[in-house]
Amino acid sequence: MSALSRFLDSDFVYSFRRSPVAVVSAVVVLIIVLCAVFAPLVSPHDPFDLASISLLDSLKPPVFLPDGDWSFPLGSDDQGRDVFSSILYGTRISMIVAALAIGFSLVVGITVGLVAGYAGGAVDAVLMRIVDVQLTFPAILIALLVDGVVRAVLPPAAQDALQLDVIVFAIGISRWPQFARTVRGSTMIERGRDYVMAARVIGISSPRIMVSHILPNVLGPVLVIATLNLGLAVLDEATLSFLGVGLPPTQPSLGTLIRFGNNFLFSGEWWITIFPGLTLAAIVLSINLLGDWLRDALNPRLR
Amino acid sequence: MSSRIVLEANDVARHFDVSRPALQRLLAGEKKRILRAVDGVSFQIVAGETLSLVGESGCGKSTMARLAVGLYAPTQGSITFEGQAMHAALADASLRRKMNMIFQDPYASLNPRWRVRDIVAEPIKAFKLLSSRKDIEDRVGQLLTQVGLSAHDGEKFPHEFSGGQRQRISIARALSSEPEFLVCDEPTSALDVSVQAQILNLMRDLQERLGLTYLFISHNLAVVRHMSDDLGVMYLGRIVEQGPAEEIFRTPRHPYTRLLLDAIPDISAVGRQRTPVGGEVPSPISPPSGCTFHPRCALANDRCKAERPLETKVGDVAVACHAVQEGRAA
Amino acid sequence: MALLEVSQLCVEFPTRRGTLRALDNISFGIEPGEILGVVGESGAGKSLTGSAIIGLLEPPGRVASGQIIFDGKRIDNLDQEAMRAIRGRHIGAIFQDPLTTLDPLMSVGKQLIETMQTHLKLSDRDAKARAIQWLEEVGIPAASERVFAYPHQFSGGMRQRVVIALALCAEPRLVIADEPTTALDVSIQAQIITLMRRLAADHGTSIMLVTHDMGVIAETCDRVAVMYAGRIVEIGPVENVVRSPQHPYTEGLMGSIPSLEARVARLRQIDGAMPRLNAIPQGCAFNPRCTKVMDRCREERPDLLPAGTTEAACFLVQGGAR
Repeated sequence: MSALSRFLDSDFVYSFRRSPVAVVSAVVVLIIVLCAVFAPLVSPHDPFDLASISLLDSLKPPVFLPDGDWSFPLGSDDQGRDVFSSILYGTRISMIVAALAIGFSLVVGITVGLVAGYAGGAVDAVLMRIVDVQLTFPAILIALLVDGVVRAVLPPAAQDALQLDVIVFAIGISRWPQFARTVRGSTMIERGRDYVMAARVIGISSPRIMVSHILPNVLGPVLVIATLNLGLAVLDEATLSFLGVGLPPTQPSLGTLIRFGNNFLFSGEWWITIFPGLTLAAIVLSINLLGDWLRDALNPRLR
Repeated sequence: MSSRIVLEANDVARHFDVSRPALQRLLAGEKKRILRAVDGVSFQIVAGETLSLVGESGCGKSTMARLAVGLYAPTQGSITFEGQAMHAALADASLRRKMNMIFQDPYASLNPRWRVRDIVAEPIKAFKLLSSRKDIEDRVGQLLTQVGLSAHDGEKFPHEFSGGQRQRISIARALSSEPEFLVCDEPTSALDVSVQAQILNLMRDLQERLGLTYLFISHNLAVVRHMSDDLGVMYLGRIVEQGPAEEIFRTPRHPYTRLLLDAIPDISAVGRQRTPVGGEVPSPISPPSGCTFHPRCALANDRCKAERPLETKVGDVAVACHAVQEGRAA
Repeated sequence: MALLEVSQLCVEFPTRRGTLRALDNISFGIEPGEILGVVGESGAGKSLTGSAIIGLLEPPGRVASGQIIFDGKRIDNLDQEAMRAIRGRHIGAIFQDPLTTLDPLMSVGKQLIETMQTHLKLSDRDAKARAIQWLEEVGIPAASERVFAYPHQFSGGMRQRVVIALALCAEPRLVIADEPTTALDVSIQAQIITLMRRLAADHGTSIMLVTHDMGVIAETCDRVAVMYAGRIVEIGPVENVVRSPQHPYTEGLMGSIPSLEARVARLRQIDGAMPRLNAIPQGCAFNPRCTKVMDRCREERPDLLPAGTTEAACFLVQGGAR
């Protein structure tokens, strides 16, 4: 039996197919990811191409309203940019930021967790106190703080070029403690198992045991939390951008779009902010539902 | 048979600090709590033979097993392997590969994410015994065949095997470093009896064929009797009786050895009426004074409560018991 | 009349790859005051038999067919509520790990009193006196002082004694004991075995003792049922089964136990392993491992029939051919 057919026949896939919520949210996530990846191909306009933008097209309503037409399916903003295209590009940026941030968090969190859990003693105590302290602050506050500090430190010239890196760093650094804690807990359990003893008997080094023996066995629960955190990171990014400390208007994410559209909410052009908002909600909700299902599916006790 | 000594333990002790964290302990005004898992144990293992350590939970036999492969360093005393001090033996790869270990739980001793061929090959790669992929592959196949599995089984993951088969994989891994000395920590106590028989037979076959030396740890006296040349009975971190297994089984001298032998339910004793010895094994954190067995011993007197008995030779057997020394034990 | 009569009991687990039959046509009885041992290797279905009788099968497991008759009444088709009334009052249970039975937040005395008052009409004072009496009877030292101690204040062996008191205090007529001594050291195990046997004799309680340890069975039980792959392969008086096993599996099992009496060069071993539930061979489930297998064994399934002094499910021995 090939690896693929064995996978398709596994309990994991079976439980996925039996859960309509999981299937629907996976489809939604997949569509959004595909749209974001292929945004240049899918979107009718290029919102960054100043030549194609015309003020004559500004503030057009969505297609289903009396003045709407199919060239701007979800309407246009005050600059004449297509809202639908902006959402596709915005989603792309939001997803990139969230994925990079979570990736960064994972690397930091897993490393700290493995070292703390495997070494134990004073190393563990110090690392875990750092985690405890950081966990007493809300993640978004940490992100805001880091964002602010980094901006103050960087020379103004570098700021624009590094804005994406800064926000990835800010969100990433605010979320690693959870991963560290989970990995540390599982590592402490795995460390005492006989397969680790067997490796120690033949003199395998500690870093090697951590990476090749323990890591594969502690990854499961972390990936579940990572999935759930991916949704939260999208929200973090949106919040920061909404507050104006995130990405610049030249790289509009969903949060930026919502912030700009917000100004038009009470003058009747609701579509500029509502559609990006709905997209954001759909992304976060489906990622969370998928993460919930994943947690249940990987936890044999709940099955 | 040569009587070369492979492993020698000399007054070995291993203590664990089981106190609460320092701050909490200070606040509560507690003293340090020291668990004396192994407390002054000496023995020698002769090449090609099997020494078994037997005892109930908490007697320190598993700690002794880990001391014997260098997983723990002794708090006191010394262990020598092939005439070298343990720490020197561990640092020398050509010596270190000569010792390996087989574990109790076949479900925990194999990494669930590794293929069997990688599990068995790990010691070969760690000690750089073979370098080409082809050679390693052939050797793994040969090892798997040697323990009664097939070479194709290397492609599978541990969860595809039964408990007995996993223990065979564990043995194949232990053999892959071409060891001379194996520490077997309760290798069959997680297995069903019919499978246990397979594994015990396999282990004796391998010992004969490869000239292996075993340190065999078990709580099961019948299994120990089947496997051992020499026997040490442990109680609360000390050996209370040691010597040739045949001799001890024929005439157990220490009251604790007698208790153990008497307590084992035996299929030949249908409907046996018994008067079991009361009491339980005390905590090794605060062991009784003198002879640690005295609270459960029918022969205990004031001397037993005050003075720790030293090992005394009675024929080939060494017994640590005042009553035996004084001739009070009938 | 037998106190418990299990007839043609089948327990099934529906899975997505078809239904697994975990117990296949199990029939046996337990007389009042009798200790029946159920022995087998892991996965043979011995614990499942106990859970089926006390109505605690893990879902999705279910009794597919057959009957369980306790004291003349069918109990396999009772609802949860009715079964709960029988459990504890008429059928007690002892499990391997005492901590699964004991409530860590309630003193052992309170647990005893509560159990007794649920099932028996007792005043608070009488109940407390009885609780102390029970703790004394199972051998807890200083029972009257420790009656309101919590489970964590007892050692493993003492906890198992408390569990035994708890299982017996409502004076049930049958106790299902599932590996009650497996987690204990040998010297403690001997104490617990002796205790259970004495209490069964004193109170006329029947015991179904489920264990993998043939030695425990030999010392404790009157009769023994040997299980293999969800079926009973041999059942009979313990002496006969141990001394002259009729079924090749029982014979192999006895031979594979190392003896304390003498050291042999090789233990007898049964090659292979018990089949998983989804791969039970046709005919006699033991046939691939049996050294005396015949063509018939691969096609036809032997029933449990008298063979010598026991009953065995084997074509070789039926009708006394052996």
